[in-house]
Amino acid sequence: MIEKQKINWIYKKIFTIRFFEERIKKIAKEKTVPGYLHTCIGSEAICVGVMAALNQDDWISSTYRNHGHAIAKGCELNEITSEIYGRKTGICKGRGGSMHISDFSKGMLGSFGIVAAGPAVVLGAALQEKINKSYKTCVSFFGDGAIHNGAFHEAAGLAKLWDIPMIFVCENNGYAEATATDWHLNTKELSDITKAYDMLSYIGDGNNVFEVYDITKKAINEAKQKNTPIFLEFKNYRFSGQYEGDTQLYQPQEEIDKAKQNDPIKLAKENSSKYGLNKNDLEKIINEAKEEVDKAFDFADTQPWPQPEDALEDVYVNYPVEINR
Amino acid sequence: MTIKTVKDAINDALVQSFEEDKNVILMGEDIAGGKGREQYQGTQDAWGGPFGVTQGLYTKFGGERVRDTTIAEAGFFGAAIGAAMTGLRPIVELMYVDFAGVCFDQMMNQAAKVRYMFGGKQKVPMVVRTVVGAGFRAGSEHSQTLYSLYTHIPGLKVVAPYDAYDAKGLLLSSIKDDDPVIFMEHKRLYMTSCEVPDDLKPIPLGKGRIRREGSDVTIIAIQRMNLFAEEAANELEKINISCEIVDPRTYSPLDEELIFQSVKKTGKVIVVDESNPKCSLASEISSLISEKCFSDLKAAVIKITAPHTPVPFSPPMEDFYIPSTKKIIDAVKKLKDV
Repeated sequence: MIEKQKINWIYKKIFTIRFFEERIKKIAKEKTVPGYLHTCIGSEAICVGVMAALNQDDWISSTYRNHGHAIAKGCELNEITSEIYGRKTGICKGRGGSMHISDFSKGMLGSFGIVAAGPAVVLGAALQEKINKSYKTCVSFFGDGAIHNGAFHEAAGLAKLWDIPMIFVCENNGYAEATATDWHLNTKELSDITKAYDMLSYIGDGNNVFEVYDITKKAINEAKQKNTPIFLEFKNYRFSGQYEGDTQLYQPQEEIDKAKQNDPIKLAKENSSKYGLNKNDLEKIINEAKEEVDKAFDFADTQPWPQPEDALEDVYVNYPVEINR
Repeated sequence: MTIKTVKDAINDALVQSFEEDKNVILMGEDIAGGKGREQYQGTQDAWGGPFGVTQGLYTKFGGERVRDTTIAEAGFFGAAIGAAMTGLRPIVELMYVDFAGVCFDQMMNQAAKVRYMFGGKQKVPMVVRTVVGAGFRAGSEHSQTLYSLYTHIPGLKVVAPYDAYDAKGLLLSSIKDDDPVIFMEHKRLYMTSCEVPDDLKPIPLGKGRIRREGSDVTIIAIQRMNLFAEEAANELEKINISCEIVDPRTYSPLDEELIFQSVKKTGKVIVVDESNPKCSLASEISSLISEKCFSDLKAAVIKITAPHTPVPFSPPMEDFYIPSTKKIIDAVKKLKDV
């Protein structure tokens, strides 16, 4: 049984992320915002389901497709939008942009543009927790494309060898950039790759937020109890392109239509009465989410640009020589 | 005051840092020499890395803080970054700097950039200890210096001590530093020794050192090249040529003022760098001098570097590759006549 407050939180977040990303798609089309934009339409249930099993100060890493993780982890919407708009009040002071939305004070170690950079960094945070006998949960998010990268395998091997209770969360969304997962996998199931490390793994429906939550919660308990890393594979579908502006010609219409039957938002709506939300409750949550997203984008639009020389700050904690020479 | 080798001075700095701060940990390949073989007493701490620098640490501080890794540099370098961000002060060992390529992404794109690109909220207080240098008949993949590879990257600091005194003082500082530091140890210097005070204080990063005062020519020497610069200066003294030797010691940050002061004094400069010449410390320092001290120069800066080749194996070729005392003497004589 999930408490009412958590159910409301889950619904609020999942709609917020969808509305947020739809708004991003819109501004991408209008070309009003600088830089690359990667949306996560189709993976909202994974972002929200995993984060529902975490505390705010637990550690995560994300990727360039990070808006959903950041929103679910509790980053301020205003600061996220301002960052995407490149403004001074952005979550990274305008130095990161859409690909690097991350707030350390909310437990985000980083949103990395390099595929498979995150798992090893989270391994280190989890090692620190182990050495300091602290018990924050440590989760690394990455896509199916990352599982071929050496850095992922090196982190996986060390995590098992050192008995580190971290959670690897693989969002198997069907595509590694423009390359289909069923083409790039050597194994039957993606999570089969953990066999080489004798690592526990579970597969879940990444479209069903409550299943994601449930599997993650159990995995965290098991990982801590057995002092072992666990690999979670959540299957879903990437309705978004690799980036906004991607023609997505490699995604067959038939496949998209089929995936729409299992759209995580559609499933969440269908399941709402099962979790004690009536039509009015749901409508209220949806309206609130929409309003907050709209406000955040209005906010970003009014924010000041950074000064050009702000580019010289925060390269080092201490540097005795002037940076600009 | 004790005479110490560079190797022992580094070990001392590690032990002292481990004792002073419980957040200091060490990760690397073979640094303990075999994890989890408690049944073979005395074998666990046998290696201490290929040069024996970390010997004794496992026995003193235990396997939780002195961690043998798999041969997976990307994995444990990434882990050092996450551990550093969340409160530890990890030291990782890159067995030879030539292996930089297998974990360069972690240093270039994560360690160097997380503070900057995520808005200055986090810091990465980690140290990479690595072994550099030719002259060991170790071939092309175990002999490079690659100083400029890391110096080029904003967000990283680069330290390369010459003697045991600097090795200890600069390593103590590097471990206390809140930014990622690449600490380069030259394999041909490990067994060289000098006096090191037992209570040596950390030496601040970004402060160079005048190793020899002189008035005719300035020799700016990078790490092991201080040895040849000193030999050359001794020879030249016999014919009344006075050389000043500047050892910058750290390359990012670089003590530009110390270099410029010496250039103003002599007006004649040689930069000696064991690295390949293109985009090297030698070319960087030479360019800085031309830019900032043009009117003080009496002649163009002379760079003495390795040729634009990989490090060869066979002794006659390797000896040709490494800058020599003779090359420095010839260059100084040439400048003296200007």
